[in-house]
Amino acid sequence: MIELVSAERCISCNLCVKVCPTNVFDSGEDGIPIIARQEDCQTCFMCEAYCPADALFVAHHADLTVEVDEEELIAKGLLGSWRAAIGFGSNGKVSMASYDTTPILRTIRPARSAAEQ
Amino acid sequence: MGIEKAAVKLDTDVLIIGGGPAGAWAAWSAASHGARTVLVDKGYLGTSGATAPGGTNFLYVPPNQEKREQAVEDRLEGGGYLSEAPWIHRLMEQAYQNIELLEQWGYRFPLDGNGNLFKAHLQGPEYMQIMRKVVLKAGVRILDQCPAQELLTDEHGVGGARGINRLDGNVWEVRANAVVIATGGCAFLSKGLGCNVQTGDGLLMAAELGADLSGMEFSRQYATTAAFGTITRNRMLGWATFYDEEGHVLHEGGPRESDFMAKQLLKGPVYAVLNHADTEEKRRILRLSTPVWFLPFDRAGIDPFTQRFPLTMRYEGTIRGTGGLRLVGHDCSTTVAGLFAAGDAASREKTAGARSGGGAYNASWAIASGTWSGKGAADYALAQGKEARVRQLRLAGAYGLERNAQSAETIDTKAIVEQVQREVFPLDINYFRSEPVLEASLKRLHSLWPAVKGSVPKTIQGRVRARETAAMVATARWMYTAALARKETRGMHGLREYPELNPALSHRLLLSGIEHIAIRPEQVPSRTYDVIPPVIVKEAARL
Repeated sequence: MIELVSAERCISCNLCVKVCPTNVFDSGEDGIPIIARQEDCQTCFMCEAYCPADALFVAHHADLTVEVDEEELIAKGLLGSWRAAIGFGSNGKVSMASYDTTPILRTIRPARSAAEQ
Repeated sequence: MGIEKAAVKLDTDVLIIGGGPAGAWAAWSAASHGARTVLVDKGYLGTSGATAPGGTNFLYVPPNQEKREQAVEDRLEGGGYLSEAPWIHRLMEQAYQNIELLEQWGYRFPLDGNGNLFKAHLQGPEYMQIMRKVVLKAGVRILDQCPAQELLTDEHGVGGARGINRLDGNVWEVRANAVVIATGGCAFLSKGLGCNVQTGDGLLMAAELGADLSGMEFSRQYATTAAFGTITRNRMLGWATFYDEEGHVLHEGGPRESDFMAKQLLKGPVYAVLNHADTEEKRRILRLSTPVWFLPFDRAGIDPFTQRFPLTMRYEGTIRGTGGLRLVGHDCSTTVAGLFAAGDAASREKTAGARSGGGAYNASWAIASGTWSGKGAADYALAQGKEARVRQLRLAGAYGLERNAQSAETIDTKAIVEQVQREVFPLDINYFRSEPVLEASLKRLHSLWPAVKGSVPKTIQGRVRARETAAMVATARWMYTAALARKETRGMHGLREYPELNPALSHRLLLSGIEHIAIRPEQVPSRTYDVIPPVIVKEAARL
């Protein structure tokens, strides 16, 4: 679920409020969006993908809250990592689509086990 | 209570409800055929729906008669003989043509081993980002964060919809002579990747206007995910070894029998490790094929190639099922004048039959049915003598709406949703289906129904959730009513008491009604070799 809106990084564009498919955020009075309905987060990572400031962090757990530390996330390179992997904001330099290895997946399939042959 | 005033009123020719792939293609198609088009989405066109966050396979068969004939034969059998060859052919051709457009619009397809572009898989974030641009460029007005709550109608059929803006609470109303329901299926807030937007709202809205449903029994679909996660892209588990709690190997790499995971999970916890990706190169290939699958692992600090992780099955409901609104025309029209359906909100039985067979059929169906319904809606709307704004339209919603509350008691949406989930999520009710268990469950679901006629919470989210709650209770009742009526095992549906396919039941099951659900058979048209042409969109936008 969403665990962090970094006040340090947030540029108050409110894009996360607009793009969240399950309406988790509210606009904040100080310009920093609020995680108003964390329990409605569907852990789809889309807010992170769209955040131009790499200010959001969605943790791995879909049902439980996870304590996160902003400094630690930055140190591990996790803030903004999903946006970077997709290539959003890279001006076309990065494209997850263009690196897609689906066409060669079948060439590395494990052999069927003896029991199933 | 009187009728609330709409703060935002729009007049248009075609209204598309839903901004996943099907809605996006429908909006593009309607606008490209000359109709003024408005698209409303509960979330945001670009992030909404099961496709946007992850990758999806497509049924993509280049125009090779032999290959396509083979694909049709495979599907007729795989779909339990409920699909129709001309529809499958047209699905393949339409998806093929539109995927070519995606390339023109800038989707960066990867190369296969022979140096050719590979177009049978798309990464959702980039796919849907392109679709948003295409829809806007086609001149469509998009209202994001604007869930539709009910349809407008008069004696001539549908006339638009009304809903609420989740960000400011304003009520909006769009009047249109044609409406496309592209709201997706219903997965009952199971948190499968991208599935929580789809709560069956469109099914309920259309049923309130008298539209039929079909194939709701084909809803026995779960996806395996890491127990903590949401990523329903099972293909990575083809490289896994599975273990029980004590560490005994349950299965070693490669394909598993179809009920393997459900049977094991009923016995106890199941763990996996992707140890068959046993070289750096294999690990690299797996990661780049499905990056979103690895995202939660990287964040949890688990190396799935070397460390065991627990598994669960998340229910995918009618999203990867094949049931939905019954289509009666090649243009994806329903039995209600002016009302069309596309994507997972529509029954996919004409193309997929009784089993969706993974995402491929449904993903191509979203493209094709979107394109067909958009043109159908545009043609219908532009042929009408008078605009929707001069029609005497009334609101058609009946359940989960304050205006129609039959008691002062507030609908306890959280409690009701949890009760519905307790009926549709458990494997021993909905996966291993049997008559006495389903009958008891359906009885409990029926007894929940009066609760959605209560008073609606006052908050914006409460209003939205009350309507979603009504839609989920209704959808669960439709599913189990149909499941009990199909006394056989066919496609993804099965009943313990009837383990075989019964050729005498090679018909579809149509449902109608909400308060009282009527059920009747519909014969599948006999095999023909008719060709239904695809929709060619000349005005295709170039970015």
